[in-house]
Amino acid sequence: MTMQIADSVSLSSPEAKARAHAAAVRNNLRTEPKAVRIAIITLAILFLSVFVVLPLVLVFAQAFSKGILAYFDALAEPEALAAIKLTLVVAAISVGLNLVFGLVAAWAIAKFEFSGKTFLVTLIDLPFSVSPVISGLVFVLLFGAQGYFGGWLRDHDIQILFAVPGIALATTFVTFPFVARALIPLMQEQGTQEEEAAISLGASGLQTFFRVTLPNIKWGVLYGVLLCNARAMGEFGAVSVVSGHIRGETNTMPLLVEILYNEYQFVAAFAIASLLAMLALITLIAKTILEHHLDEGHDVNDH
Amino acid sequence: MTIEVKNLVKRFGNFAALDGVDLKVNDGELLALLGPSGSGKTTLLRIIAGLDWPDSGEVAFNGEDALAQGARERHVGFVFQHYALFRHMSVFENVAFGLRVQPRAVRKDEATIRARVKELLDLVQLDWLADRYPSQLSGGQRQRIALARALAIEPRILLLDEPFGALDAKVRKELRKWLRSLHHEINVTSIFVTHDQEEALEVANRVVVMDKGRIEQIGSPDDVYETPATAFVHGFIGESIELPVQVEGGVIRLGDRPLRLAADGLAPGASKLFVRRHDMLVGPPGSGAFEGAVQHVRNFGPVQRAEVALSGGETIEIDAPRDRELRAGDTIGLEPRRYRIFAGA
Repeated sequence: MTMQIADSVSLSSPEAKARAHAAAVRNNLRTEPKAVRIAIITLAILFLSVFVVLPLVLVFAQAFSKGILAYFDALAEPEALAAIKLTLVVAAISVGLNLVFGLVAAWAIAKFEFSGKTFLVTLIDLPFSVSPVISGLVFVLLFGAQGYFGGWLRDHDIQILFAVPGIALATTFVTFPFVARALIPLMQEQGTQEEEAAISLGASGLQTFFRVTLPNIKWGVLYGVLLCNARAMGEFGAVSVVSGHIRGETNTMPLLVEILYNEYQFVAAFAIASLLAMLALITLIAKTILEHHLDEGHDVNDH
Repeated sequence: MTIEVKNLVKRFGNFAALDGVDLKVNDGELLALLGPSGSGKTTLLRIIAGLDWPDSGEVAFNGEDALAQGARERHVGFVFQHYALFRHMSVFENVAFGLRVQPRAVRKDEATIRARVKELLDLVQLDWLADRYPSQLSGGQRQRIALARALAIEPRILLLDEPFGALDAKVRKELRKWLRSLHHEINVTSIFVTHDQEEALEVANRVVVMDKGRIEQIGSPDDVYETPATAFVHGFIGESIELPVQVEGGVIRLGDRPLRLAADGLAPGASKLFVRRHDMLVGPPGSGAFEGAVQHVRNFGPVQRAEVALSGGETIEIDAPRDRELRAGDTIGLEPRRYRIFAGA
């Protein structure tokens, strides 16, 4: 943009031309030699191609290797449909829960002062630093037959482990930080003045939340939900521990991919995998758009 | 609406933001709370608004306990230093906010709300900005919109926290005049917080000077300038020369040098002598209470500011008229036209 302006100006006045030239010289002094620049950029592109683009292309190539009909047949298998449905249900539950928890936690941290705040922030990050397998095992320890609540649950005939509730719980645990992490810095930056202004103008707590707070953080909320959803649908480790791998019942898409692959059903495995890959691509695009909106929303009301 | 504050105390940890404040604000008054940062003035304002709560003390509006009500019920217009406009709403919707969130029973219909917002935007002379968003306005415009928004609820009291603090000097001066005439027009009991003495003295009917959570002096702008009640007020308002002096046996000493100043009625001991910079009259050597050597002179429009090393040890800055040019190296006598001495080091 600025380069274009400099170019068009340079046509009209020699003085500007000299200035543009000086700027270009300065630029050259500041950056590496051209050969180094090209080498670094090539290296980065090469690395990304081999480690990211190539696998992604291969997923689709494998999925369609027996033709488009085989692809759709694989997706129409009852087992595949059950896995897709289960994944969607689990994602909906955990995103819903994490939306509420994340909002509450971010609100508490950003808008109030209390002792133990640092501890709470650390706690929110815990699922990121713990291996997902451990996260799954925790729920086995809690709800398994030998677990703390196992006996009570059996007596009351409640099934948590190896069923939807267990999978949803493990997924919720693993994806908890996303919404809260997206909102805390945003809400801290925005402070409490707009809320105070709303209340002094006679708004109730709910009116303040829905008319002032929520519109201000909506892009942040969407951003958190998007990442949370992507991880919830793709989670393997924690879910693998608590699911029990009951075919057609407790297999989510990532689990089914592994099972099919181990049974040498490559087309079916990669067909499901291609869905997950598409989810990732859509998430990336949506993320880019949301980040653009988030940046726009920042520069208001400050000095 | 009168406001009465009694023995207000507010602590943040070990820090006493308000340390026993009593204040009475008259109906229709435009009062300034003036003090350095950390003096408790904003805390006092926020407690009156209901945005903060005191540890102890009373706040009454027209004799009625205000602390029994939340910020929402107090019907107080509050203007924030950084405007706190709703960034996702247009200027029009910002001003309309207070009218739209009223309980359904008393809420006006859309046409009335529109007419009222239009009227307020006219009042702050920004009706042409109705469809803009806060990010598209200048600082001065934002502040006026914030004021219009606060006025929309027909507040019983108007509170302004450093209303011009974030604006540049020129806009500030314009808005000061404008606020004065606006207050004249709407005549709502108003309190504004400022750390800028010029602003307080120029705009307010009465000035409350605060320091360290206490009120140092309450009075008209003339009172606080001409007859400061404490050493703090003298030092804070106007440009003052502050000299540590010793009162003993009816003599005032600066260092080891006795000053030719009357010490009648002064308590003996370490004291502080205050003189306004422009109240130091320059004369020939030996003519005044002080004597000193000019170190350095700079010209500021109608006055020359000279740094003078007093015999007795202190260096001071004086503002002298330019009818008699001072030069570095001159020895001069100085006679304070007016001065005040406060006991205590």
